[in-house]
Amino acid sequence: MNEFFHMGGYAFYVWSSYAIALVVLVLNVLVPMRNRRRLLAAIARRARRTRRT
Amino acid sequence: MISRWFHQLGSPRYFYRFSGRLIPWLAVPCAVLMVAGLYQGLVVAPPDYQQGESYRIMFVHVPSAWMSLFIYMVMAGAGAIALIWHMKLAEVIAISSAHIGASFTFLALITGSIWGKPMWGTWWVWDARLTSELILLFLYLGVIALHNAIDDKRTAARATAILSIVGVVNIPIIHYSVEWWNTLHQGPTVTKFDAPSIDYRMLIPLLLMAVAFKLYYAVVVLMRARCELLERERNTLWVSELAESK
Repeated sequence: MNEFFHMGGYAFYVWSSYAIALVVLVLNVLVPMRNRRRLLAAIARRARRTRRT
Repeated sequence: MISRWFHQLGSPRYFYRFSGRLIPWLAVPCAVLMVAGLYQGLVVAPPDYQQGESYRIMFVHVPSAWMSLFIYMVMAGAGAIALIWHMKLAEVIAISSAHIGASFTFLALITGSIWGKPMWGTWWVWDARLTSELILLFLYLGVIALHNAIDDKRTAARATAILSIVGVVNIPIIHYSVEWWNTLHQGPTVTKFDAPSIDYRMLIPLLLMAVAFKLYYAVVVLMRARCELLERERNTLWVSELAESK
């Protein structure tokens, strides 16, 4: 197991590559999820406001 | 029947519903393939006879680089469709692709740099492959910046479509750069006409990751396109109804 994480001495290079890839891939999923939630909330707020007036 | 379905798909409301149902069917196989690819690539595949364990960076680097080119072609193709047929959906797909394409280009460059340091002894060289890939990143960023600079979405879509179509000239340059010029970057081992010169135990995880990345792109481009559609259609009845039902 230790050998696996050691990556024959290249641990820093291999794992930092995979870590950066993970961060970028996860962000690309989270950003549109957050945008959609915010957008729908804003549209709903505005719809309620226009109905009242 | 197919043309009717195609016509329906062009309607934002229908596309929003359809893509919402499609996403899980793409996301699950994507996750399965990615886990399988990572296991095969990090555990099963043997170390390289020359590069030792460091070559395992390939399993994120190469699929990212392939995606950076593939997404550019999708973006330019969608841009062309948007220019010719004024199809809103194509405009939305084009700009959504730009962000994801930029991410993959960034990943290809950064993982390549991290791979280059132990293998070549340098983080960066101005050779043809690296430089043309960097230009690709600037093209993506240019498309995004241009789109943000123009308030009217339809005008923005037309302007970015033209920019991305002009930028297509860079794609064959990137692909053939390792053959046309003497580069520090190694030549192709998979995408060439004779049999790939790579051990199949390394080829399998590479292909698994490549397919997983394609599916990943399909998922996130649909997610982004849905947001973009909501924003463009915010004054329509179906969007306000949808927003209030949440």
